[in-house]
Amino acid sequence: MAGKTLYDKLWDAHLVSEREDGTALIYIDRQLLHEVTSPQAFEGLRLAGRKPWRLDTNLATPDHNVPTDFNERSSGVAGIRDEISRIQVETLDANCSHFGVREFGMNDVNQGIVHVVGPEQGATLPGMTIVCGDSHTATHGAMGSLAFGIGTSEVEHVLATQCLIQRKMKNMRIRVEGELGAGVTAKDVVLYIIGHIGTAGGTGYAIEFAGSAIQSLSMEGRMTVCNMAIEAGARAGMVAVDEKTIEYFHGRTFAPKAELWDKAAQAWRELYSDDDAEFDQDIVLNAADIQPQVSWGTSPEMVTDVNGRVPDPASYSDENLRKGYQRALEYMGLKANQAITEIPLDRVFIGSCTNSRIEDLRAAAVVVKGRKVSSKLKQAMVVPGSGLVKQQAEQEGLDLIFRDAGFEWREPGCSMCLAMNADKLGQGEHCASTSNRNFEGRQGFGGRTHLVSPAMAAAAAIEGHFVDIRTWEGVA
Amino acid sequence: MKAFKEVNGLVAPIDRANVDTDMIIPKQFLKSIKRSGFGPNLFDELRYLDEGQPGMDNSKRPLNPDFVLNQSRYQGAEILLARRNFGCGSSREHAPWALEDFGFRAVIAPSFADIFYNNCFKNGVLPIVLDEAVVDKLFTAVDQTPGYRLKVSLEKQCVETPEGEQFDFEVNEFRKHCLINGLDDIGLTLQQADAIRDYEKKRLQSAPWVFGQIQ
Ligand code: SF4
Repeated sequence: MAGKTLYDKLWDAHLVSEREDGTALIYIDRQLLHEVTSPQAFEGLRLAGRKPWRLDTNLATPDHNVPTDFNERSSGVAGIRDEISRIQVETLDANCSHFGVREFGMNDVNQGIVHVVGPEQGATLPGMTIVCGDSHTATHGAMGSLAFGIGTSEVEHVLATQCLIQRKMKNMRIRVEGELGAGVTAKDVVLYIIGHIGTAGGTGYAIEFAGSAIQSLSMEGRMTVCNMAIEAGARAGMVAVDEKTIEYFHGRTFAPKAELWDKAAQAWRELYSDDDAEFDQDIVLNAADIQPQVSWGTSPEMVTDVNGRVPDPASYSDENLRKGYQRALEYMGLKANQAITEIPLDRVFIGSCTNSRIEDLRAAAVVVKGRKVSSKLKQAMVVPGSGLVKQQAEQEGLDLIFRDAGFEWREPGCSMCLAMNADKLGQGEHCASTSNRNFEGRQGFGGRTHLVSPAMAAAAAIEGHFVDIRTWEGVA
Repeated sequence: MKAFKEVNGLVAPIDRANVDTDMIIPKQFLKSIKRSGFGPNLFDELRYLDEGQPGMDNSKRPLNPDFVLNQSRYQGAEILLARRNFGCGSSREHAPWALEDFGFRAVIAPSFADIFYNNCFKNGVLPIVLDEAVVDKLFTAVDQTPGYRLKVSLEKQCVETPEGEQFDFEVNEFRKHCLINGLDDIGLTLQQADAIRDYEKKRLQSAPWVFGQIQ
């Protein structure tokens, strides 16, 4: 019999029961909750007179709606200016206190984007099944866990039963082999992968990211890669556990301590795919082929090298593809064959669950240090992923580097990643963004998003347009 | 949950690939803490010419005359015909809530994003996967035939054209059973409460660190 993949191992370890048609009940170790996809789930529990199955497994924090402006934030939840945003955050607070769910409230230093908070607190650990009513839950797979996004009905289902009804996905492995060039980051790797397999390439699969280039990434980098598994269509992305993984969790708030730590670490070391495991799809990419990436269109697969050009729809014979590209160019206000470096920018956003961890901010700060944001820009902002990331960055003096250069230094939250709060693009504005989605209207009505790495976003802020970060002295 | 057995409904086409859930229901409407009322904002950015905000009187907003759902021939549509990778992006269940609230009972496409596909079943909306070539044919038929209807039977797992042509589709047995009977998943799972407790006992032995940390 063939060996097991990492996904097989995680699946088998959480199987409660299985029907003949392949429908299974799987156990969920951890659920993260935020204000947008939980109110109807709590309401459902209340209407049915049900209680959460277990309390010690849920962790909540508001992130999508919270203001990132210091003054607005200072006056607490009651001071949130947008009334319906305020009601949503208040509703999360009320539900958590009513049901006894642990919450990091808006102005708690531990608050932040759920996917930054979970690993940072050691609340999400290797070997766990982790869910959240948010598609970027795949982030947590970076530590060798099975993590995926669910809908609100499923949030309620997990609250009530600690289980989910699922069907097993297929196994895909994407190996990136070799050494990444200087200035090429985890974000470039994942954008390149999505450009390669397409936004539906991973549909129906759990993707394991492997190979020497992935192993060489820090835990933060691996989270960036897994975060965008959903942009390749896969609900779950994951990376095998190694010593870096274990080291990362040592001493974190909710991580096991003392003897339990040793026992846990020993178990986690088993979390890898066996040599003879079989994958339904096995893709190998060459790290040396990956250049800094910039998305030009309205889907994350519409991406190219920074030295590349916007494609010419007329050169594609597939009619649907041609029409899709044409529409994207119109929305983005770009011309066929336009050089990526000639796209004028209006705003720069460094943040989101893809790239708002300390390592991301450090990478951006290196580029920004001693330079000034281009006068061509209307705004450049840095939004740390959590209160703890913000605190750490301030201890390292990164906030001063950003402020001196003309960046705004904000309070933690999702912010302009999806523009549910006041941080938005204006109609027709182009933004270099470290987030994960460049859909139409994602960052504001009529806004135009270009996905890039933190270093590339920082350099774009300085120049007012995209530049190849590798040409900057002292950076690459 | 709302049951689904059979629908004989008017078909509306949305002719673009990779329709994401941000497009189906833009984020500003996700601030609602309710499960209903999303229909008027379905495809908001495509449907209206101005920028929609929650609480607006939608009947006073300027409509985009080019958008299919605004055309008189598609009023009352119950079946949405779509292209590949429909429902990609965010996990928001507000997307099927909006489709359902608008009046759609089924979506036909060559492929769907996983989370969206799953979410549909929880809300009485049937997602149907048909071959790309069949979907192409249906797009042409809808375009050329005002009032074009399709008959969808979940029982028979079949889509039938007015000419009597039939296309079978696949659906998982358990999902079919739940949707036909409008069953509540949570109630079904709770029938297995003993199995869940047994599992927990084993898990407590093998991975005690996943219990009791967050209080
Ligand atoms: S940062 Fe963006 S992608 Fe991440 S959870 Fe928030 S809104 Fe979603």
